[in-house]
Amino acid sequence: MADRLIQELQNIAGTDAVLHRKEDLIAYECDGYTLQPGAARAVVLPSTTEEVSRIVRYLHERKIPFIPRGAGTGLSGGAVPLGGEVIISLVRMRKLLHLDLQNRLAVVQPGFVNLKLTHSVADKGYYYAPDPSSQYACTIGGNVAENAGGAHCLKYGVTTNHILGMEVVLANGDVVRIGGVPDAPGYDLLGLLTGSEGTLGIVTEITVRILKNPEDKKTVLAYFDRVEDASFTVSDIIWAGIVPAALEMMDKTAIEGVEAGNYPVGHPKGLEALLLIEVDGISAGLDEQIAEIVKVCQKRNVREVKVAQSEQERARWWANRKTAFPAMGAISPDYLVQDGVIPRSRLPEVLDKVNQISRESGLRIANVFHAGDGNLHPLILFDSRRPGETELALRVGSQVLKVCADAGGSITGEHGVGIEKRDEMRFVFSEEELEAQRQIRDVFNPDHLLNPGKLLPQPGRCAEVRKTPERA
Amino acid sequence: MSVTPRFEPACEAKSHYLWEDPPDEDKFSACVHCGMCLESCPTYLETGLEQHSPRGRVHLIKSVARGKMEIGEGFREPIDSCLDCRACETACPSGVQVGTLIEQARGQIFQALPQTGSKAVIQRFFLRGVFPYPKRLYAIGRLLRLYQKSGMRTLVRKAGLLKVLPKHLQEMELVLPEVQEPVRKKYPEIIPAEGKRKKRVALFVGCVMDVVFGGINEATLSVLTRNGCEVAVPRGQRCCGALHVHAGDREQGKRLARQNIDAFLAARVEKVVVNAAGCGCALKEYPELLRHDPAYREKAEEFAAKVEDVCRFLMEHGYEIPKGSLPVRVTYHDACHLAHGQGIREEPRQILKSIRGVELVEMAQSDRCCGSAGIYNLTNPVMASRVLEEKMAFVPPNVEMIAMGNPGCMLQMAAGVKKHGRSETVVHTVQLLHRAYQLGERPNEADGAMAGTHEKIGKEG
Repeated sequence: MADRLIQELQNIAGTDAVLHRKEDLIAYECDGYTLQPGAARAVVLPSTTEEVSRIVRYLHERKIPFIPRGAGTGLSGGAVPLGGEVIISLVRMRKLLHLDLQNRLAVVQPGFVNLKLTHSVADKGYYYAPDPSSQYACTIGGNVAENAGGAHCLKYGVTTNHILGMEVVLANGDVVRIGGVPDAPGYDLLGLLTGSEGTLGIVTEITVRILKNPEDKKTVLAYFDRVEDASFTVSDIIWAGIVPAALEMMDKTAIEGVEAGNYPVGHPKGLEALLLIEVDGISAGLDEQIAEIVKVCQKRNVREVKVAQSEQERARWWANRKTAFPAMGAISPDYLVQDGVIPRSRLPEVLDKVNQISRESGLRIANVFHAGDGNLHPLILFDSRRPGETELALRVGSQVLKVCADAGGSITGEHGVGIEKRDEMRFVFSEEELEAQRQIRDVFNPDHLLNPGKLLPQPGRCAEVRKTPERA
Repeated sequence: MSVTPRFEPACEAKSHYLWEDPPDEDKFSACVHCGMCLESCPTYLETGLEQHSPRGRVHLIKSVARGKMEIGEGFREPIDSCLDCRACETACPSGVQVGTLIEQARGQIFQALPQTGSKAVIQRFFLRGVFPYPKRLYAIGRLLRLYQKSGMRTLVRKAGLLKVLPKHLQEMELVLPEVQEPVRKKYPEIIPAEGKRKKRVALFVGCVMDVVFGGINEATLSVLTRNGCEVAVPRGQRCCGALHVHAGDREQGKRLARQNIDAFLAARVEKVVVNAAGCGCALKEYPELLRHDPAYREKAEEFAAKVEDVCRFLMEHGYEIPKGSLPVRVTYHDACHLAHGQGIREEPRQILKSIRGVELVEMAQSDRCCGSAGIYNLTNPVMASRVLEEKMAFVPPNVEMIAMGNPGCMLQMAAGVKKHGRSETVVHTVQLLHRAYQLGERPNEADGAMAGTHEKIGKEG
């Protein structure tokens, strides 16, 4: 049976495009989320939309579940097999198909790497705005699946705000095109597909917006002796009417991590928090914004505040921030990153609670935030070799998300739900709301073959409740 | 389908590394599987396969240690296919030493799965039979010289006899430089400084380097003595052992390391200067190789602290700016074991820029592997040639020379130049400096930038 599957996949994609030996599948047992690995049945690496379509059609006929996968940098386990799925890896579909600077758009294949798009248009003065920290490696197809964000989303929006059209292979293998013109009439299917975590279809071609580089940008680094001061500064800057391109925060443990990692900046010792703030736009007026930011920082007892003096310095500060998650590997064998969202103004109080959870659990938590848009990334540090600590880290992660949800926020800002936060969906949605989402999924994915078990919790005991009419 | 989360059980089955010196737990547990390394990896870019990526390989190394996987072909292939170029180490946010992990894993594979077939023949013949023995190397050098000088080469090429060799070896034969007499035979053990002695250094001459690229060693010697160094060439020195360690033959690597440590510490010099990136990197990593050897651990530290690449040494020690002018457009290729392995990027460029007339044209992705990778191009010719193809596409048009700091890269890049019908001359950075000194003294001799030096790689000798 299995052999026929492999043979068919090989017929479609070529023998060098199919992996099926047990030891070859081990490398695909997890993505950037490593805590719940699973075994795929096979991995297939198609090179064209047609191959994707034929593969999906075959799997659909045989009722074999499958998972689309990009670079596998996701942090919520969206590309992790639960057991027995066929992984459709799209990394060999990595072409830039079309560039239309006049209309400021680019058409890429799903395996095209995020940062390469900016590199491809940089010499002409353009860039692709969504900049997840994994942009050196993550694919735009994966970005679409997770509706990825990034440091500069505060001003420029997340992936969904930059998608103009896509080609999608549906669960039965049919190929459809959606979008293509700005603001197409009818339901916003692009919006629905973006962030659907591979549960509604496989994106095989994406049309994205390209932006003109801002005329100028200025970057500020502010060091604080109290986390509270840094937190209040964040709200104060927005309150002052400034919309920074990015407004990032790291706490003491996070700073320890990045300074031990491969891209240290040489931050002073004994800091409790730092803010990395960037403003961009037309040159005129930027200096005034910087002056205003400096003033706000000083009012909040900043220890030191400085403006990047060169592009190299700016790049160094950003490399330091953007490698913050993995740099934790330098101070801890394992980490679990959470992705809560809270109203900006509640930052000090939520941080207090996170610290309390850390103290009670005995696990260190490093905090890295896209502070400007209230997107917290608590990094829970642990050692999976100690019995029980992985489970503890997962519990702590869940507790942190509960705090965020209770503060009027949400359980994910940009990393997606995957398997990791599936049960926590109940913190923010009622069973009826979840059921409504399941029904949407079932329109596209009636047999649950596309990335099964992800995003939405199984209707558990609450199934009974679901049927009772209420809210008359 | 079950959706119950299954956690990694802590410390489950026993490790499948059964031999001494297995991959370090501390080193692989620093990897958090983020994937930032993927796009830096030549073999991942070629295949798109996770197990042929740095994080995939580290994941497999970890899986064997956790008892989830045995040492079989599914482990050997991806570990073998690594170029050991260490581009991933530059990219890695948490500083995972992928190169060392790969070498340690190969040490286990070497014992668990003895090589068979042509790869085994190449490895056994060169690694155990030739490289460790200077005399045998010199004998091969003599044969090569005879082959090149006696007219036999012309005959062989004309008769099409090269065709009996595999294609990649034919390509190598075509670009083999004019073989010179090794420095170690030509010069005394101590070569005095020109003028006042400022420093006492030793020159690490290497194995293949001294036989095939004796001219580069000679240029290095001349540059060092000219800049006030008394240079020792200890007779007890051996091959650095990098190729053995890369191939998993750690025991032979350790033997060579101990011999070198003894030879160079006895020479009582301030620095050990190296002109081959791969060797320099290996010498600096002796402390890792000998970390479990109580008799040599500290000596290895002492030795490694003295090792320095020739370009960095010159920049730190100071060197005379040459008076001669060398009007030539040069691009620079970052050898992996200089840029990623030792963090040396700026020094060679500064030296090149300090030569009057040299116009340095930057190459995009200059620190991307050329596919040479020790003897990778002999053991994994298909992948090596795919990687070379990618590399050659980045060599800018309209340059006359490609400079670099590693002999393996020189042969590989020269093969690339030849294959693509291009005309660039492949040179070692130090050769250009040496040539500029010569031209400073004999300015009228300027017939062609590299006339008067022996290596004319990439062109038939």
